[in-house]
Amino acid sequence: MDLTELTIKQAHEGLKNKEFTSVDLVKAYLDNIKKNNGELNAFLSVTEELALEMAEEADRKIATGNFGMLCGIPCAIKDAILVEGQKCTAASKILENYTAPYDATVIKKLKAEGAVILGKTNTDEFTMGASTENSAFGPTKNPNDKTRVAGGSSGGSAAAVSANMACYSLGSDTGGSIRQPASFCGVVGLCPTYGAVSRYGLIPHASSFDQIGPFAKNVEDAETVFNAICGKDPKDATSADYKLEDSGIKLKGLRIGVPKEYFAKGLNKEVEKIIRGAIKKAEDAGAEIVEISLPTTEYALACYYILVPSEASANLARFDGIRYGLSKQDGNLLSVYLKSRGEGFGDEPKRRIMTGTYCLSSGYYDAYYKKAQEVRQLIGQDFTEAFEKVDVLFCPVSPFPAFKIGEKADDPLSMYLSDIYTVALKIAGLPGLSLPAGKIGNLPVGLQIIGNHFQENKILSVAEQIE
Amino acid sequence: MISKEEVEHIAKLARLELTEKEVEKMQKDLSAILDYFNLLKRAPASAKVTVAEAKNPNFRKDEVISSYDIKDKLIAAAPDKKDGYIKVKAIL
Repeated sequence: MDLTELTIKQAHEGLKNKEFTSVDLVKAYLDNIKKNNGELNAFLSVTEELALEMAEEADRKIATGNFGMLCGIPCAIKDAILVEGQKCTAASKILENYTAPYDATVIKKLKAEGAVILGKTNTDEFTMGASTENSAFGPTKNPNDKTRVAGGSSGGSAAAVSANMACYSLGSDTGGSIRQPASFCGVVGLCPTYGAVSRYGLIPHASSFDQIGPFAKNVEDAETVFNAICGKDPKDATSADYKLEDSGIKLKGLRIGVPKEYFAKGLNKEVEKIIRGAIKKAEDAGAEIVEISLPTTEYALACYYILVPSEASANLARFDGIRYGLSKQDGNLLSVYLKSRGEGFGDEPKRRIMTGTYCLSSGYYDAYYKKAQEVRQLIGQDFTEAFEKVDVLFCPVSPFPAFKIGEKADDPLSMYLSDIYTVALKIAGLPGLSLPAGKIGNLPVGLQIIGNHFQENKILSVAEQIE
Repeated sequence: MISKEEVEHIAKLARLELTEKEVEKMQKDLSAILDYFNLLKRAPASAKVTVAEAKNPNFRKDEVISSYDIKDKLIAAAPDKKDGYIKVKAIL
């Protein structure tokens, strides 16, 4: 039996039946990481010592017979989420030698469950990107085709699960950073509702968008992890008092909305075929398919790429050479700021800081930032109206499967345009899931299932029924 | 195309030191990105921007959640410190 192929539930059963120990699981995963990570670059750091310590502790808990689903199960954590005492780089040179001083709330929750952390995974620098190519430490390769990207920004977390280098993982999603790499790597990825999961201890990108969510081998596992990390946290004022409850919904009689704007020009024909196939499957199971319109779709990307860099430019102001990480101490205070930031940040964070600062600057604020905030409301209204008619939405995650490494690296705008189907729901704070729906050759394609606020239970239930 | 001076002005506001080459590339990239944003001019006018959507309010008490317990660890992470304080260069 290859232990690294087991789902959370299967591994849990094995631990319960004493077929193997958590230490056995960890060793099997560490072996896979040692074999494959050199080429894939999914992990930026492997926390071997911590993993073995946590596994031994989990085994002691398992011996008592009283332990939960995640106890002793090895996972990987995006390197933008703090794990106390371990490096946290956000894949940036400015944090290359930064050690996390405390645990993020999601890590505290996982630790309380007895989880085992294998290491920290690669991401676009400060989670800014759609391919992991913006990592200061090299791109993550797609396990399904090593000449292609794993997607981004949580490419390392997606690739780690896809290549059996972790049983599940955590990522973060600002504009598609969980769903798109899940789609490219062929795993399940859930971006929860804004507020469903605490962001305390997540290095912030855009605070009115960021959410933490799971990658897993199947829907049931994603649900298990989500259930463990969601809920109110006094340390994140935006977190909501939220409990995942069984929706009890069936595909039969379910109303599935298909937004016509998501099947327009630019969608790869093979991707469309796979998504239409998944819709047909749901219809055959008794769901009612309703074509709907989200007329503001065409404005979503522009709205997103004004608001997100604006927030990012403020969030990244904290990296000043004084409080964290890289510090160039020559000259006066201003020169510490200028040089530390100039040397520490890579191209994409610089581009976003510049875009955001421009959009917020005097004389341009009304035309860009304020206008985008107004459009944000329109986009939200579109979804509100849609969910009066349907229970969930089905659409593609990405207009194309994983692209070649380097294909879009020199053209920032074309990289931004690849987020076309993943940003709109984030503007509205909605949850979305990527479910593997088929393959073009070796390349996986994900179906995106979007639900109304705090209706992860519906999304998960629908996904499980067509999985 | 956005001018070199404009890029340098924004970079100064953002406290970013850019090389000559970066300024040139930024002129090109920012111009393409800002051009794309012009799309929003066609968007219909919306209702006024409200602070919180009525349907999804998230109000809270105005209370301080202390992070005093990790104070020492936070200061330890700073590149330059002395006697439990973060050191900053003189500004006067």
